[in-house]
Amino acid sequence: MSGGKPTVVIVDDHAIFRSGVRAELEGLVEVLGEAGTVEEAVRVIGEAHPEVVLLDVHMPGGGGVEVIRRVAETAPAQRFLALSVSDAAEDVIAVIRAGARGYVTKTISGPDLADAIRRVRDGDAVFSPRLAGFVLDAFAGQMSEAEVDPELDQLTMREREVLRLIARGYLYKEIALELGISAKTVEAHVSAVLRKLQLSNRHELSRWAVERKLVD
Amino acid sequence: MTQAQPQSTEATRLVRDPDDSIVAGVCAAVGRRLGIDPMIVRIGFVVCVIATSGFALLAYFAGWAWIPQAGGERGGKIEGKPAAEAKAERSRVPANWKVAGGVGLLTLSFLLVLRELGIWWSDALIWPLILATSGATLLWRQSRAMSPEPEEVARHPGMMSEPRGRHRAGIADLYRGGFGIALVVGAVLLFLASNDVLGETRDVVLTVIAATAGLALILAPFLWRLGRNLASERAERIRSQERAELAAHLHDSVLQTLTLMQKRADDPREVAQLARHQERELRAWLFEDERAPASESLARALETAAADVEDAHRVPINVVAVGDAPVDDRAEALVAAAREAMVNAAKFAPDAGEIAVYAELGPDGSQVFVRDRGPGFDPESIPPDRRGLRESIIGRMERFGGRAEVRSEAGRGTEVALTIGEPGS
Repeated sequence: MSGGKPTVVIVDDHAIFRSGVRAELEGLVEVLGEAGTVEEAVRVIGEAHPEVVLLDVHMPGGGGVEVIRRVAETAPAQRFLALSVSDAAEDVIAVIRAGARGYVTKTISGPDLADAIRRVRDGDAVFSPRLAGFVLDAFAGQMSEAEVDPELDQLTMREREVLRLIARGYLYKEIALELGISAKTVEAHVSAVLRKLQLSNRHELSRWAVERKLVD
Repeated sequence: MTQAQPQSTEATRLVRDPDDSIVAGVCAAVGRRLGIDPMIVRIGFVVCVIATSGFALLAYFAGWAWIPQAGGERGGKIEGKPAAEAKAERSRVPANWKVAGGVGLLTLSFLLVLRELGIWWSDALIWPLILATSGATLLWRQSRAMSPEPEEVARHPGMMSEPRGRHRAGIADLYRGGFGIALVVGAVLLFLASNDVLGETRDVVLTVIAATAGLALILAPFLWRLGRNLASERAERIRSQERAELAAHLHDSVLQTLTLMQKRADDPREVAQLARHQERELRAWLFEDERAPASESLARALETAAADVEDAHRVPINVVAVGDAPVDDRAEALVAAAREAMVNAAKFAPDAGEIAVYAELGPDGSQVFVRDRGPGFDPESIPPDRRGLRESIIGRMERFGGRAEVRSEAGRGTEVALTIGEPGS
């Protein structure tokens, strides 16, 4: 865990939003650069080497998923935090599956966003209540007997409990208190969920994303 | 004709390259697709033409019409559309015709086999009959497809939109209709001619048909291009109509709200509320047809209740719903109790940030959690001013066979958990 202010690149196709985020994060993180297109993002990230990339889910030319894919070709360890107003479940899940280490909505306050950035920088996963809801929904389908990899395709009871508490608006330390475990263990559960989400090739997950029409 | 090495992406698709062609590049296209030197294909083709006394030429013209041209007029972007979309559009239309052509040829070969085997009445009857049937089928199909799409019209009443479905189908209908009529007329003529009813007029008719066919061959490319131009013009018109519709909506809603927000800039709470209200409205407008109405979906009913409370009490409420359930009496009681819990949270914790509502919904049972970060209280001694909690929440849930639990601690906020039925975990 490294100290100090995290270094950040902000990727969003709306300049007004980029400057808003920059102003809110003033003094909390060090903004190394901004990018408004997929192309620009790949270039700026390659030059600035930020610890965390704040990534808009929706952008012309492939969106956040495309940025992650292209950056991962040269810097697979780059950490991304997805940020979006749209909250379409399939888009959010797609960005997480592409490799983002968390997802927060754009209405998040400056200090909370800085905190999320710090946690992503330190290798933790950041789940907003909405993302927790999406993930619970994605893994909620009936489990057939012939699942490919039960280890990856199911959440443990504990992971489910943690996700439900996140969805209920509990902070990590409140979850720890509620379940009688340490905050680090909560982090570990959330990271495990993230890994399952990214590694699982469970076909239901992609089918779910396609079939799901709920957009909010 | 040089042996230009084709690009790898072009090698796998059947496309005509205008730079590598003698007439229209059909032989070269086939050769590239099969991985054979185009020259061999060309020689083979010429042999075929001679052997079939010219009939193979028909195949060449068919190839000319069906095989798209690489990097030509339809390549790349179609008027600012993303390339992928343009590509999808390009490949969809010819694919239909290819399938139709394939089915037609298969049917023809099947019939020829039957004829060879002697399972046949007479040429004079069967051929016209088949032509007439195909034509009539096309015409019937078309007249059924012509009926307008009412939901398309009803979607945005008051907006200046024309029914879009009819536009889109128009040109295809025209082609199909013309083709169907030609088939039926041809069948009738063929029947009459082969039964010698036409007698002398046959020669005249034959001349006219031959002349018409020749003319059609000459005019076909021009008509083809005209049709394409019409289609792209229509697409452009639809796009500009959609733009106008969007502009009208944005003006009536978003711009008005922005003006209001500028006037109330000194009241941050009011501004935030206006913004949230507008956001909700805009989302509803954008995604209305993808969502179930609140009368059918418990999740939507909860979201609607949250929106009402948010508007009335100016406190942001964030709803996360997993699963869904139909709306019945129990579900209505659940929504009413949840609404009361949200109102309580908004009243007693108005400045404590967002209220979190989490719902796990299922047909067998549902659970809703309403959490605020207000001052909290001791649930053992529910203050007298919280009668709403005892009656509207706990009482209501119990009447419908459910339960309500309140967890609150001074300084830690309050969470109301509502359960009805047996929620699956």
